Amino acid sequence: MKDIINKSLLEISKSLQMRQIKVREVVEACFDRIDQTEPKINALLCMDKESCLSRALEMDKSGPDPDKPLWGVPITVKDVFCTKEFPTTCGSKILENFQPCYEATLVEKLKNAGAVILGKNNMDEFAMGSSTENSAYKNSRNPWNLECVPGGSSGGSAASVAAGQCFASVGTDTGGSIRQPAAFCGITGLKPTYGRVSRFGLVAFGSSLDQAGPMTRTVADSALIMNVISGHDPKDSTSASRPVPDFLAALEKRQDLKGMRIGLPTQYWMEGLSPETLESCRNAVDAARDAGAVIVDVEMPHARFGIAAYYIIAMAEASSNLARYDGVKYGVRDKSSADLQEMYRKTRSRALGEEVQRRIMIGTYVLSAGYYDAYYKKAAQIRRLIQQDYLRVFESCDLVCAPVTPSPAFKIGEIIDDPLQMYLTDIFTTSLNLAGMPGMTIPVGLGRDTGLPVGVQLIAPAFEEALTLQAGQVMENALPGVGTPTGLG
Amino acid sequence: MKITREEVARIADLARLELKEEKVEKFAFQFSDIIGYMDKMNSLDTSGVEPLYSPSENRSVMREDKAKKDYRRKDLLSSAPDHDEEYLIVPKIL
Amino acid sequence: MSRHETVIGLEIHAQLKTESKIFCSCSTRFGGEPNENTCPVCFGMPGVLPVLNKKAVEYGIKMALAVDCRINSRSIFARKNYFYPDLPKGYQISQYEEPLAEHGRISILSGDGEKVIGITRIHMEEDAGKSIHSSTENVSYVDLNRTGVPLLEIVSEPDMRTPREAVAYLKALRGILLYLEICDGNMEEGSFRCDANVSIRPRGQEEYGTRTEIKNMNSFRHVQKALEYEVGRQIDLVEDGEKVVQETRLFDVEKGVTRSMRGKEEAHDYRYFPDPDLTPLIIDPDWVEILRADLPELPIARQKRFVSDYSLPDADALVLTSEKDLADFFETAVAEYNQPKKICNWIMGELLGKLNERGLSISGAKITPGQLAALVRLVDEDKISGKIAKQVFVEVFDKGIDPEKVVEEKGLVQISDSSALEAVVDEVLGAHPDEVQRYKDGQKKLLGFFVGRIIKETKGQANPGVVNKIRSRKLG
Repeated sequence: MKDIINKSLLEISKSLQMRQIKVREVVEACFDRIDQTEPKINALLCMDKESCLSRALEMDKSGPDPDKPLWGVPITVKDVFCTKEFPTTCGSKILENFQPCYEATLVEKLKNAGAVILGKNNMDEFAMGSSTENSAYKNSRNPWNLECVPGGSSGGSAASVAAGQCFASVGTDTGGSIRQPAAFCGITGLKPTYGRVSRFGLVAFGSSLDQAGPMTRTVADSALIMNVISGHDPKDSTSASRPVPDFLAALEKRQDLKGMRIGLPTQYWMEGLSPETLESCRNAVDAARDAGAVIVDVEMPHARFGIAAYYIIAMAEASSNLARYDGVKYGVRDKSSADLQEMYRKTRSRALGEEVQRRIMIGTYVLSAGYYDAYYKKAAQIRRLIQQDYLRVFESCDLVCAPVTPSPAFKIGEIIDDPLQMYLTDIFTTSLNLAGMPGMTIPVGLGRDTGLPVGVQLIAPAFEEALTLQAGQVMENALPGVGTPTGLG
Repeated sequence: MKITREEVARIADLARLELKEEKVEKFAFQFSDIIGYMDKMNSLDTSGVEPLYSPSENRSVMREDKAKKDYRRKDLLSSAPDHDEEYLIVPKIL
Repeated sequence: MSRHETVIGLEIHAQLKTESKIFCSCSTRFGGEPNENTCPVCFGMPGVLPVLNKKAVEYGIKMALAVDCRINSRSIFARKNYFYPDLPKGYQISQYEEPLAEHGRISILSGDGEKVIGITRIHMEEDAGKSIHSSTENVSYVDLNRTGVPLLEIVSEPDMRTPREAVAYLKALRGILLYLEICDGNMEEGSFRCDANVSIRPRGQEEYGTRTEIKNMNSFRHVQKALEYEVGRQIDLVEDGEKVVQETRLFDVEKGVTRSMRGKEEAHDYRYFPDPDLTPLIIDPDWVEILRADLPELPIARQKRFVSDYSLPDADALVLTSEKDLADFFETAVAEYNQPKKICNWIMGELLGKLNERGLSISGAKITPGQLAALVRLVDEDKISGKIAKQVFVEVFDKGIDPEKVVEEKGLVQISDSSALEAVVDEVLGAHPDEVQRYKDGQKKLLGFFVGRIIKETKGQANPGVVNKIRSRKLG
């Protein structure tokens, strides 16, 4: 089993295509690994072993399909995507047992590519959180240290991939929710350009910020998933109609970083970084330099307003996006209420978690009469300035490199009672979502003090995911890597 | 900015949330903290800056006017906490 | 003249006649089974997204052009947030700060001739669903068929000074929508809805008085009555030294009064913001020009043409052009038989009378323009008398059969044959010797009596001209 689950997605896919291994064997290996690790990490909200195994048998019977790049590959998806075959809860009690009669475009694409979806990953309720502690169902744990959070909101996805339960997961990133858990769990996570991947069927948190992307153990695996999930969707008006490059093929075009200019925003390389994070991230920059990249300091003067602008916009959109959870059309309802208004209030306050209520309320506040200009509009203006910062930087650089988090994974319960403190941990990730740019976390090594993984972000201009993947793979090859998680025994 | 308990109650009402007294207290404290942090934006002069509401570059995405029926009423209604064969049912609207 | 001047502004919601809804592909068909025309988008299900219907935008642009609006090259869809069971997403997608079109105008004809009413703005939005409150149980039922049907909201300037002007404006606007064939204009079914803002102010004062918003007016007559009542109420209040309260009032159809909604209405804070699921709507000027070139002749222009081309009186031209179908009916009939004034008279009299009596619109009538033209021609050619023609009309109207056929089948052809009529004349004169004598003695008024008898004897088929000739020969 170890042989199987330690392989990369690309490797297992090749073995499957060449019939060196059966789909059933691979699926069974994953479920064995789930049986072994799930009690420790709580990465999944639901799974369906039986139907996955019977599907595997059918696939083995019909044989590989070379046109399906994920043929027979077991993966998981964050429970934020609507699926016909699994319930979709978004980590919330209010959607307990909600069974959509439609499917996210991304899930359709994964299935059409031959992927076997084992189950769905735990997450912070409605993707609101940085630790997965806001899930209404369970606390996921970091496979490197079970006392630590796996990050969030795609914490279940990161933990699942790091623990070898599957070969990839697809998460979503509104303000760092792919990149931060990827960093905490020592895996690769790519947030594509806003519009690159369809949002149809992705339960919305902040509609102008949300973007789905791969979480994998290698950069090449992310490239392969990107090939499958990218592209225009007529059902999503914000999905880009630009051509999609072959990301996997792009990787072969670069063996080094010669001629590539990588900018380090001074604003992100100064304040508040833990010593081990700074050290590991510096190692990553050194690796890039050794591979031929030109490293330059750049300025992002509006970066310090990023968190404020991000949270205002995300919460404002969330307050409106979550108004639909009212006990009328789906999900749960408080049945004790005799009149409608009481039913609304009781349903929402009983079935939505505290962090979700907090964000709905602040979002409502910043949009309400008299505060719109001072908060929502102001934040949108700062968003413009932050986007311009990026555009200016990309006039002289090909990529931007920054830390992902100020320090490695924190302990469960450590900051959950201080919401502002929790928000501030997103300091390096949110500006990217405001600007719509793509960014990828790659693991750079284990922190000297904690022994926990540290990641670094590579940020590219809009629709240049191929660049982050290329640089990421060169650096991945040059860096020592993190190895297998140490917390699973 | 300090957010008062009355303010919290007003927002809860707009958002159709019912907060217990201690929650109102707690939120008033936390919101003051969070909104206070947001207020750092005020130190930046943004006059004349065009707001950016979405990074999408798309313009005027439109579809043709063709009617389709892709879903059965039964499947849509079945997700509802209370429904009959034709309608969603809610507690009486006063 | 009252010391007070009335100020009225209207907000119209017109349902657009697209095939599918504004943000999803469900049918807009009215009157189906509850919740039959719905999908996850209509239900506001998690993760689903709106995609704008191009035809709805096209219709919006057409209306904007027809009322001389400036079309904004960029407009924005915004979310209007509030909770209601017939609003599945918890927000309505509408337009707020940057609407589709602004600064238009429309000419209306009311008692005092032509007047221009300003149009403040036209924007697009989605309709809400419908809630039905159970009379027996403590529940309400929600039907989302209407959710997402495209609406145009047309807001006027407060330019109207009488309820009559308000109704004239409404009719003019409805006429344009019908001419453009973008809305069916049915007030009872709610595809053309109207809310009014009403205030009064001392004559000569520039500042507006406190206004009330009047809702629930489902016909032109309701609008007229509600506004008349509301104006009177406000004048009474002010004259009694009281103040008008800014509020929403509902028209009570049965009592003919407006009632405060106070208490039922809570403080609204809609928290509008741009909908991040939809992209800015950029209107290509070339598209606008194509649509402009394609605009049909509009009611006011057609009315003027009817006066000049067909020499119709203003009032008749106004009625004929008030509905596109009626004007088309008239022009088709005239093309068949070029007697515009006579055809107009038939439409204004018999046809509209019968339609009204049966509660029908011209599009629902069985009679064709060709049949009406043929009927007029039969009279002109002395085939039937005017009186018989009215009987024939009823047959044609009810059954849609050609007038020639009615005349033939019922044997209603006018008797113009002198020899046949001479016998009848002799018979009538012979039966009334006294009257004949009195006539000869100079009581010429009896002429009408004889003609009437003769016509009656022939069941109205006698040609009055021929009868007269015979009569004067016999009686002198």
